[in-house]
Amino acid sequence: MKATVLVRPKEGILDPQGQAVEQSLRKLGFDVAQARVGRVVDVEVDAASADEAHAKVDEMCKQLLANPLIESYEIEVR
Amino acid sequence: MKPKVAVVQFPGSNDDHDAQWALKALGADAQLVWHAETELPRGTGAVVLPGGFSYGDYLRCGAIARFAPIMDAVARFAAEGGLVLGTCNGFQILCEAGLLPGVLRPNASLSFICRDVAVRVERSDTPFTSRCEPGQRLVVPIKHGEGAWYAPAQLVEELDARGQLLLRYEENPNGAVADVAGVLNETGNVMGLMPHPEHAVDPLLGSGDGALILASLLDAVRDRSLVATS
Repeated sequence: MKATVLVRPKEGILDPQGQAVEQSLRKLGFDVAQARVGRVVDVEVDAASADEAHAKVDEMCKQLLANPLIESYEIEVR
Repeated sequence: MKPKVAVVQFPGSNDDHDAQWALKALGADAQLVWHAETELPRGTGAVVLPGGFSYGDYLRCGAIARFAPIMDAVARFAAEGGLVLGTCNGFQILCEAGLLPGVLRPNASLSFICRDVAVRVERSDTPFTSRCEPGQRLVVPIKHGEGAWYAPAQLVEELDARGQLLLRYEENPNGAVADVAGVLNETGNVMGLMPHPEHAVDPLLGSGDGALILASLLDAVRDRSLVATS
């Protein structure tokens, strides 16, 4: 099964990359209140059900894909 | 006997030879150890994780290097009280491996910073700072893009209370929380710092202050081997 992981900087964590994007968008004339930059990881995983796939990917996030001190994540199984 | 230090080489390490050179210049038997090894050389008294860009800094700095085969041996060594020093990328790896608290984030300026900085040594009663005076100012170079140490506020308070925030920048170059440049683990045998002591062991190269940290480490290895053989 295919899963997509969205990793984001947690609320309140300084995100200088997001700030740079935000400033650039403003320079282009877009009215942007805030921009935050995260990361997308697409994984294909052997699993019999969506629940099993979700559990496996959740474990991947905990062990490697996200650092819980600074990042939150969402998992979407397709 | 010369104190024996293992300098770990990851794919993408680039200060491994500098660290080895500096340690040798200070009297150590410093050996390079490839990341795919599963054991540290017999008689290793200290481990140094050098700077660089291990595994291309993919995902997050240090996040992949943490899974290198040698890291299991390093974690065991640290758990048994062995001395481990991580500089720059080595610091990032130790944080990702959970051997040190916190994490290194991109510099607030997003710029790669390469220059001398001044740091303050908070304590001298550690194996990494015994040659320094408490409050001593050291000038050591930094060269990093992701050196802003971060930990949640409550953890920072706890670490500060336990004296684990060992080095602090005089002027914060990268946005690190609480001006932290170097951190000690709770048991006092693992330390990481963003500045590069191995690049500051000879006044000809601008500063010899980094030698105080490396020589402190070698003193500690010598002291421990005396205890072990007596």
